[in-house]
Amino acid sequence: MNLTNGKGSMSTASSSAAWRAGDVVPDQFPAGLRVLVVDDDPTCLMILEKMLRTCLYEVTKCNRAETALSLLRENKNGYDIVISDVHMPDMDGFKLLEHIGLEMDLPVIMMSADDGKSVVMKGVTHGACDYLIKPVRIEALKNIWQHVVRKKRNEWKDLEQSGSVEEGDRQPKQSEEADYSSSANEGNWRNSKKRKDEEEDAEERDDTSTLKKPRVVWSVELHQQFVAAVNQLGIDKAVPKKILELMNVPGLTRENVASHLQKYRLYLRRLSGVSQHQNNLTNSFINPQEASYGPLSSLNGLDLQTLAATGQLPAQSLATLQAAGLGRSAVKSRMPMPIVDQRNLFSFENPKLRFGEGQQQISSSKPMNFLHGIPTTMEPKQLANLHHSAQSLGGMNMQVNAHGGQGGQGDSLLMQMSQSQSRGQILNETTGSHVPTLPSSIGQPVLPNAVVGGVLARNGLAENGRGTGYIQVSQSSSMLNFPLNSPAELSGNSFPLGSAPGISSLTSKGTFQEEVNSEIKGSVGFMPSYDIFSDLNNHKSHDWELHNVGMTFNASHQANSLQSNLDVGSSVLSHQGFSSSQRTGQNRNISAVGKPIFTAGDATDHVNANNVGPLNTFFDNSVRVKSEIVPDANCDTNIFSEQFGQEDLMSALLKQQQGGVAPAENEFDFDGYPLDNIPV
Amino acid sequence: MDTKHLKQQVAYVRKSLFDQGYLDDQFMQLEDLQDDANPNFVEEIVSSFYSDSARLIHNIEQALARRPVDFSKLDDYMHQFKGSSSSIGAKKVKMECSQFREYCCAGNIEGCIRTFQQLKQEHATLRRKLEAYFQLVRQTGQGETS
Repeated sequence: MNLTNGKGSMSTASSSAAWRAGDVVPDQFPAGLRVLVVDDDPTCLMILEKMLRTCLYEVTKCNRAETALSLLRENKNGYDIVISDVHMPDMDGFKLLEHIGLEMDLPVIMMSADDGKSVVMKGVTHGACDYLIKPVRIEALKNIWQHVVRKKRNEWKDLEQSGSVEEGDRQPKQSEEADYSSSANEGNWRNSKKRKDEEEDAEERDDTSTLKKPRVVWSVELHQQFVAAVNQLGIDKAVPKKILELMNVPGLTRENVASHLQKYRLYLRRLSGVSQHQNNLTNSFINPQEASYGPLSSLNGLDLQTLAATGQLPAQSLATLQAAGLGRSAVKSRMPMPIVDQRNLFSFENPKLRFGEGQQQISSSKPMNFLHGIPTTMEPKQLANLHHSAQSLGGMNMQVNAHGGQGGQGDSLLMQMSQSQSRGQILNETTGSHVPTLPSSIGQPVLPNAVVGGVLARNGLAENGRGTGYIQVSQSSSMLNFPLNSPAELSGNSFPLGSAPGISSLTSKGTFQEEVNSEIKGSVGFMPSYDIFSDLNNHKSHDWELHNVGMTFNASHQANSLQSNLDVGSSVLSHQGFSSSQRTGQNRNISAVGKPIFTAGDATDHVNANNVGPLNTFFDNSVRVKSEIVPDANCDTNIFSEQFGQEDLMSALLKQQQGGVAPAENEFDFDGYPLDNIPV
Repeated sequence: MDTKHLKQQVAYVRKSLFDQGYLDDQFMQLEDLQDDANPNFVEEIVSSFYSDSARLIHNIEQALARRPVDFSKLDDYMHQFKGSSSSIGAKKVKMECSQFREYCCAGNIEGCIRTFQQLKQEHATLRRKLEAYFQLVRQTGQGETS
C-alpha cells in the first residue's frame, strides 16, 4: 500500500484558508479533503482510494492500524477524516477509533461487511461518526465531508462559548465566542448551537473582538430570575409573555425570553432524559448549602444557573452535579460521551478545579486539573462533567468561592475549586467550591462535573479579562445548562463524539447542548492555568482542520483514559500543571477543568471513563479552542486509560486527593484539542 | 473481427455475467470508476482480488484441515473473504461465503467443508469468465486504436 500523504499540507492550506468561519467552507470544499483510509484488504483499499480520488479528496492509504496511527501522530493536522475497517489483524478497528478520538479528535468512519446491529452499535458507542457497510459505494463517500464540517462547527461553538475570544485566528469563531466571552454575553445562551450558530456566525463573524450587536446577556442573575419565573408559572405553563412580566427586567424583550425558554426547555429535556430527576435538582438548587444532589438533571441546568446567580454556585453546582451525577450513575452510558466529548472539557483543564475528591477541604493544592480532560473521577462522570462544565460556567459568574463553607464534603470540592481559583486561575474557588459539594453528597462524581463546570466557569470568569468574561456571564447560564446537557450535548454538538457512547442522555442536542458545550468550552478557556491548550492553540491557526488546536490531544486522552479508572484528581493535577504553564491565554483549555471535577468526590476511585466524558466537554469548552476538542471519535475514554499513562494520572489524582495536587502536568497535554483558538 | 462486432460481444458477455448472477451492482461501481487515468482499473482490481483471495483460500483450507476446528478463526477468514468478494461484485462467491458462515456458526464442519468446495468452484469459474471478458475488452480496445 502506498502511503501517499502528499498534498495534505497543500490542500490544507488551500482548504483551510477558506475554512474559517465555522459555517463557511471554502469554495473548493469538499475537494481536497484529506482522508486517511485504513483497511487490511488490499482490494478494498484500492477501490476506496479510487472512489475517494474520484470525489476529489486527497487520499492516504494504510493497510495497518499501527501505521495509520503513527501517520496521524506524526502529522496531527495532516488529515481531516479517517475511514477505517472494523476487522483488522493488528488492531481492532474500534480500538483505533478510540485512539484517534482521544489523540487527534478527528471524525472517524467505520466500515465493515458486517452489518449486524451490535457491531454498528459498537461503532456508535465508540464514537464513530458514521458506519458504512461494505461493499462501499461511491455515493456513500461523497458526503463524508459533512462529518468534518460538523465537527468543526461544534468545536467552534464550544470555543465561542468558552469565551475565549480574543484570538485573531479564530475570527469566525470569535464572533461567536465573543458572545460568550464578552461580558456582554450576548445572548450566548442561545447562541450556540443550533441555528443560533449560524446567526451568530453571520453576525459575529466580522466582529472579532466583541459583540457587535447588543444582545441580551443571560447572566447568572438574569437566568436565575428566569428560572424562578418559570418555576413559579410551572414549566408547562411558562409562556414567554408571562415570564417576561414576572421577571420584570427592563430592556428584556419577549423574543429574548422566548429563545431562552426554548433553550431551557431543551436543556431540561435533556436532563430528564439523563437522570429523570429534574425536579430534584431544582430543589437542590435552591439550597446551595445542601447541595442536595438530587437528580442532577434538573440540577444541571438549574443548578448552575442558580448557583451562578446566587453566587452559591458551588453548592448548587454541586447539587447539580450530583443530580447529574446521580442521574448519571444510572446513565452510565453517558459517560462515554462526556469523555469523548469531554475532551473538550478537559482541555480546559481547570487547573483550579481541583476537585479534590470532594472530600478534601479544598486543598488548594488540588488543581483543577482534574478537568484535565480526564473526567475519570466522576462517576456519574458524565453527568458530573457536564455539570461541571456547566458549573464552571456558572461558577464563573459565581465566583462563589465562598462556598467553601458549603456542604461539608461537597464543599471541600468547592473549596478546592475555589482554591484553585485563588491560584490565580479564573477558576477560582467558585468552581472549586462547586465541586466539593458534589462529592460529598452525591458521592458521585457528579461533583466533578459540576466542579468542572464550575471550574470552567471560573476560568471563564477569571478570564473575563479577555472576553469580558464571556464565560462568566454567559457561561454561568450556559454552564448550568451544560452540565446537564453537556453529556448529551457534548456528544452532540460540541463534542464530536459522534456517537457519544455513553451519553445517551445527551442525544438531545438541543440548543442547550450546544450552548452548553460552547460555553463550557468557552469558559474553560479562560483558565489561565490551562494554558496548555492555549499554547497549543496559539500556534495553530484554525483552518478547518479539525485539530488544530495545539492541544495535544494526547493529554486529553490521557485524561480520558484516566478517567476510566481514576480519579479526576490526577487528571486535575495534570491539568494544573498545564494550566499554569500554559497561560497562553485563552486557551485555558480546561485542562483542569475537566479533571478536577471528577476527582471531586470520586477522585480516587472511579473516575471512570464516564467522568471523563463530561469533563472533556468542559474542557473543550473552556478552551477556546476552535478546533475540535471534542474527542469525537471515541468516546471510550476507558480505552484510553490504558494508553495513556494512566498510572501517572492516577497517581496524580490520588495525590490530589490527598490534598497535594500533584500536577500531572504534562501528562495531559492535550494534543488533541484543537484549541487553537484559545486566546493565549 | 471488426470493432463493432467486438463491442457487441463485449456487451453481450458482460450482460450475461450479470444476468447469470455472477456479478452484481458493485461491479458496475468499479466500472464507473474506470477512467482515462486508470483505463484498466477494473481488471487491476480483479487481479488484486484473485491474488489476495488465493492466500485466504489457503488459510481456510488449513484451518478446515486442523482438528479441532477453530470455528471462530474460520468465521473470521470467511468474513474477510466475503468483504473482499463483495467489493468486486462477485455475487455467487459472496453467497457461498454467507452460507459458509452460517455453517460455521452452527458448528457444522461438514457443511463448512461442502460449502467451501462450492465456494472454490464459483471462485474459479468467475475467474475464468472474467479473464475471458477482459481479454475481449482488450481486443476491442486494440481494435479501436488500430
